Amino acid sequence: MAVCIAVIAKENYPLYIRSTPMENELKFHYMVHTSLDVVDEKISAMGKALVDQRELYLGLLYPTEDYKVYGFVTNSKVKLVMVVDSSNTALRDNEIRSMFRKLHNSYTDVMCNPFYNPGDRIQSRAFDNMVTSMMIQVC
Amino acid sequence: MEWRRSYGRAPKMIHLESNFVQFKEELLPKEGNKALLTFPFLHIYWTECCDTEVYKATVKDDLTKWQNVLKAHSSVDWLIVVVENDAKKKNKTNILPRTSIVDKIRNDFCNKQSDRCVVLSDPLKDSSRTQESWNAFLTKLRTLLLMSFTKNLGKFEDDMRTLREKRTEPGWSFCDYFMVQEELAFVFEMLQQFEDALVQYDELDALFSQYVVNFGAGDGANWLTFFCQPVKSWNGLVLRKPIDMEKRELMQRREATLLDLRSYLFSRQCTLLLFLQRPWEVAQRALELLHSCVQELRLLEVLVPPGALDCWVFLSCLEVLQRIEGCCDRAQIDSNIAHTVGLWSYATEKLKSLGYLCGLVSEKGPDSEDLNRTVDLLAGLGAERPETVSTAQSPYKKLKEALSSVEAFEKHYLDLSHATIEMYTSIGRIRSAKFVGKDLAEFYMRKRSPQKAESYLQGALKNYLAEGWALPVTHTRKQLAECQKHLGQVENYLQTSSLLASDHHLTEEERKYFCQELLSFAGWPVDSPGHKVVLPMHSFAQLRDLHFDPPNAVVHAGGTLSLEMTVCSQMPVPVCVDQIAINVHFSIEKNSYRKTAEWLTKHKTPNGIIHFPAEVSPLPPAQSSLPALELAEMFERSPSDNALNTTGIICRNVHMLLRRQESGSSLEGPSGVALEDGAHVLRCSGVTLEPGANRVAFRTQAKEPGTYTLRQLCATVGPVWFVLPHIYPIVQYDVYSQEPQLHVEPLADSLLAGIPQKVRFTVTTGHYTVKNGDSLQLSNVEAMLVLCQGENSAVIYSNSREESSSAVLQVQSSDKVTSIGLPATPAYHVIEFELEVLSLPLAPASSRESDTPGTPEPPRKQKDRQRAGPCMVTTDHKLSIDCPWSIYSTVIALTFSMPFRTTHSLLSAGTRKYVQVCVQNLSELDFQLAESHLVDTGGAADLHLTPLNAPSLQHIHSKQSVFFVWELKWTQEPPPALRCQFSMGFSPASAEQLSISLKPYTYEFQVENFFTLYTVKAEVLPPAGVEHCRTGSLCSLEVSITRLADLLEVDRDEALTESDEYFCTKLMYEVVDNTSNWAVCGKSCGVISMPVAAQATHRVHMEVMPLFAGYLPLPDVRLFKYLPHHSAHSSQLDADSWIENDSLSVDKHPDDQLDCSSVRSRGSAHSAASGEHKGLPMPRLQALPTGQVFNSSTGTQILVIPGQDDHVLEISVT
Repeated sequence: MAVCIAVIAKENYPLYIRSTPMENELKFHYMVHTSLDVVDEKISAMGKALVDQRELYLGLLYPTEDYKVYGFVTNSKVKLVMVVDSSNTALRDNEIRSMFRKLHNSYTDVMCNPFYNPGDRIQSRAFDNMVTSMMIQVC
Repeated sequence: MEWRRSYGRAPKMIHLESNFVQFKEELLPKEGNKALLTFPFLHIYWTECCDTEVYKATVKDDLTKWQNVLKAHSSVDWLIVVVENDAKKKNKTNILPRTSIVDKIRNDFCNKQSDRCVVLSDPLKDSSRTQESWNAFLTKLRTLLLMSFTKNLGKFEDDMRTLREKRTEPGWSFCDYFMVQEELAFVFEMLQQFEDALVQYDELDALFSQYVVNFGAGDGANWLTFFCQPVKSWNGLVLRKPIDMEKRELMQRREATLLDLRSYLFSRQCTLLLFLQRPWEVAQRALELLHSCVQELRLLEVLVPPGALDCWVFLSCLEVLQRIEGCCDRAQIDSNIAHTVGLWSYATEKLKSLGYLCGLVSEKGPDSEDLNRTVDLLAGLGAERPETVSTAQSPYKKLKEALSSVEAFEKHYLDLSHATIEMYTSIGRIRSAKFVGKDLAEFYMRKRSPQKAESYLQGALKNYLAEGWALPVTHTRKQLAECQKHLGQVENYLQTSSLLASDHHLTEEERKYFCQELLSFAGWPVDSPGHKVVLPMHSFAQLRDLHFDPPNAVVHAGGTLSLEMTVCSQMPVPVCVDQIAINVHFSIEKNSYRKTAEWLTKHKTPNGIIHFPAEVSPLPPAQSSLPALELAEMFERSPSDNALNTTGIICRNVHMLLRRQESGSSLEGPSGVALEDGAHVLRCSGVTLEPGANRVAFRTQAKEPGTYTLRQLCATVGPVWFVLPHIYPIVQYDVYSQEPQLHVEPLADSLLAGIPQKVRFTVTTGHYTVKNGDSLQLSNVEAMLVLCQGENSAVIYSNSREESSSAVLQVQSSDKVTSIGLPATPAYHVIEFELEVLSLPLAPASSRESDTPGTPEPPRKQKDRQRAGPCMVTTDHKLSIDCPWSIYSTVIALTFSMPFRTTHSLLSAGTRKYVQVCVQNLSELDFQLAESHLVDTGGAADLHLTPLNAPSLQHIHSKQSVFFVWELKWTQEPPPALRCQFSMGFSPASAEQLSISLKPYTYEFQVENFFTLYTVKAEVLPPAGVEHCRTGSLCSLEVSITRLADLLEVDRDEALTESDEYFCTKLMYEVVDNTSNWAVCGKSCGVISMPVAAQATHRVHMEVMPLFAGYLPLPDVRLFKYLPHHSAHSSQLDADSWIENDSLSVDKHPDDQLDCSSVRSRGSAHSAASGEHKGLPMPRLQALPTGQVFNSSTGTQILVIPGQDDHVLEISVT
């Protein structure tokens, strides 16, 4: 399943980032950060063409030897980035999409919390649990 | 030619190439042959025979044999061509018609398919006929060829599918299948259907990948084990040849490794893609391929020597890139960097790891183990391919060179890295560029050239900081710290160290290490005394809050101010700080109201604690660290009527939000910190800051009055200064100086006269120090006493209202001066004490003394006060106090209120007279009244005032009245006016024993004309013969006015006329019925001349009619003096003075002249008064004083019976 899930604000600072193998946390941070380049590229390319289609899924951003990085952007330009182990071939585009949808819904719930200040780091336990479930769940 | 295909596939134009070979039986495909390229699609039998005999003899047999062979191989695609030659024909004109041979052949062989036989006539001649036959032949040939091709291709595809379906069977081999499907791909390629060819390879690719995946999932296929053999050769992709026959053969021999298979497959795909003009897809697929190969090798657990894959990937990357470059021009490449940059970066990465692996990066160079490894790796590359030998920059050469020496590696690695960074930058992938830059920096650090590494690290750090990525920031900073250490950038290193030491993402040990670095620098002996390192404070410690004592942050000059602040140390270990200093800016604002001592002591933060927003430094980036909007409602009201003009919302911190974002340059730079030199510094030395919150206390002696603003906070550890350049929010404390002041104010809302009242004295010492022996000198006032019995104690407060001590107060009184000795008090304290004062109760109405201090205000003022209702009469006492600090006296006014209001009235009963005094308590207190006396001050000897009151004590409650009555008795003729004084002792009812005797309350008044002159008696009589009066019937009213006295002093006025012997006065009577019970018929008033003699009686008879039944009160009869018109002025004055003493008129509020006259004229019902104002010579009426007339029939009632003819009974009860 996903090894790293990150929510990144419009301004590109992390709202939430978690990865499962803790020792590689730094690597995932770098990876997610670097993948923002591609996200930006895709968003600006999408800018004109896909505004109406509302396609939020950005697809594979950034394949590396060991991991695949997928991206998703909400309408408010908050980016969801998911890193998946390359060896996990069971994950197809559709699964990734549905995972992003779940993540997006959960993020929306966080935003609906009146006590949550948009732009703050996400500390919601519900969101955390959801991310945990996505990290361990085997498709 | 157009190619129509089955399964609804779109028709395509294809180019089909064919070879003509001589027929041999062994060439015919056997069952199971899979070669499609060499497949005989169409068999053609050529014959020149034109002779029937020859035909019959040889050709027919030959044809039959040929046909049989074909049939045996189940081939139905054949064509017989009969070549006709005119020349030959001419030779044998005698034989059968030339068509016969063709017909024969058609008959013999083409029984159904007549088109299988074509005639080609005179092929070598140039005639239209020849042309025609050639055309027909060729068309036929194409059609048939294509037909056969289509059929065979379909069959081949079907066979292939069948073969694929067998893949689960044990003996199935992927390599065999591969060859079959590749055959198809070749055909398509040959047909120039590259798209279709590519599809074949993609299918193979996908199939293989799926097998690998399944293998990973435990579902291994036998044939896959061939691919699992250890990798021995890693010589990269070869893309220069269209078909890598070498690898293909390996495949056919089932000796290919996974890398071989992949390489071959990709080289084919690449070739096809390049045919299709899609070089960018090559790049993209190449990256995918490389990644997946690495994955697959791992998945299949293939034994790979370390570094071999890196070599393979590196070579492949470069090969792909060079291949793409070879087929595109520069501009195309530049505009498609986005596709190739991934390969570049991958190659860089791989070269780097190779470098690390082979010890080419370390400072010392490779050791023997590294060299062995290098040799192994180079051996795995094999020999260079012949096709690239001539190329100078071939990937093979590059890799070999790079691995050969440290210098060469550095050159190649730098080239690659720079190229990659440049490409990333040019397409705007800044983050990726920074990431590669960081790798490069790492390399430089390894190579001991930190000066080159620094800029890359700084660049990356700036990027991470700007976007708030905590972990990368920490990591990069750590690298930067090492770099700066090598570079010897002391300040930068210390700053980075301090940042790292406070970084919570590091482990405790690491933080301690950096902290130790910092401290050990600080511990070094200072080489040059002035040298110091200024660092920003936020990483070292953060200011949490600040607490002033006194809490309002206001001190008087000379006072002590202590300031306690909470500093949250970010260091992991306790740090001993030499000194913490606060720079203070001093400003004098003389004229501002803010600086007055009163304002200062009242305002400011109530608890004296100022909280500082936690600096969430430095992680949340500039965007998020913007302060939240501070919105406030705004109302603008018009100044005149306070109506709302405008309303809106304003943002209070616009200046914060809208200011230009500072460009990131100053994020790390120490240049932003400037030390301020201020004359005023608060210091605190030798503090040890524990990790976490620490409290640091400062004390200062306030000197000059003014405002002190805390500007900078600076902690010094040896030569290291941590400076907080701005303290925000602004923190200030104020120093003031104050003049001594004295306040005197009553304890209660108002002071009551007559009883002891407490007054509080407050001495604010200000800058004056009260010494022993200093005293307040109160100049005494007669009407107000300062009571100074017993012990008085004074309480001394500090300026912030904290009680500090109390002292006994010495009060000495002489007849002129009361002296209050003040206790010794330091400056800026408050002495508070209470004294009792007693104002003498005064009868307000009577006193006519001169206006000296302590005397009541003139009665005019009292009158004004009374107008607002029954409120207390007040007296102001002015008290002059001499203070020790001033040569001027302080004059203080105290206002006392009279708790009582007293009124009197005269009551008559015939000739007997009573005086009634009403005492009304206006205050909130209850009183006890005692010893009420009424004394005649006129001194008429024969007058007796007999009290009719209870002699005992009486209580008078708040807002209540008490009445006292005395009977007047006299023996001789009474005086016309009686001056009386009412006196009454009083004391508060709740009183404990009072130590002093209170002065009684006195009230003086004058009673005039109290002697009864006339009695009026009215009587209503029913008509004669009737027992009772009836409504509606006239009754007679008899009024008799009787004079009771002879001529007296009071009669001597203008109305008195003197005839021969007796005096006469004119009176006017008037019958008025205010209750509308009676209708007065005829004249209701008249003037009579009354003889001034005792028992002189005048009777008047009138007719009245009762209007209601019941007991009706009699109509009023009023008497007036009828005065002639002259001397209006004097009488006017008389009337005024009389009115003032009349209780009735007081009740009616004789506010002004107009009211007065209306009261007077009310009784008369004439416009006499107004006439008088106009100055007309008209007679005037003057009501007789109440005392002079006694109406003996007041209160009598008469029974009236309803009229008989009335059916409605109306009873009015009054």
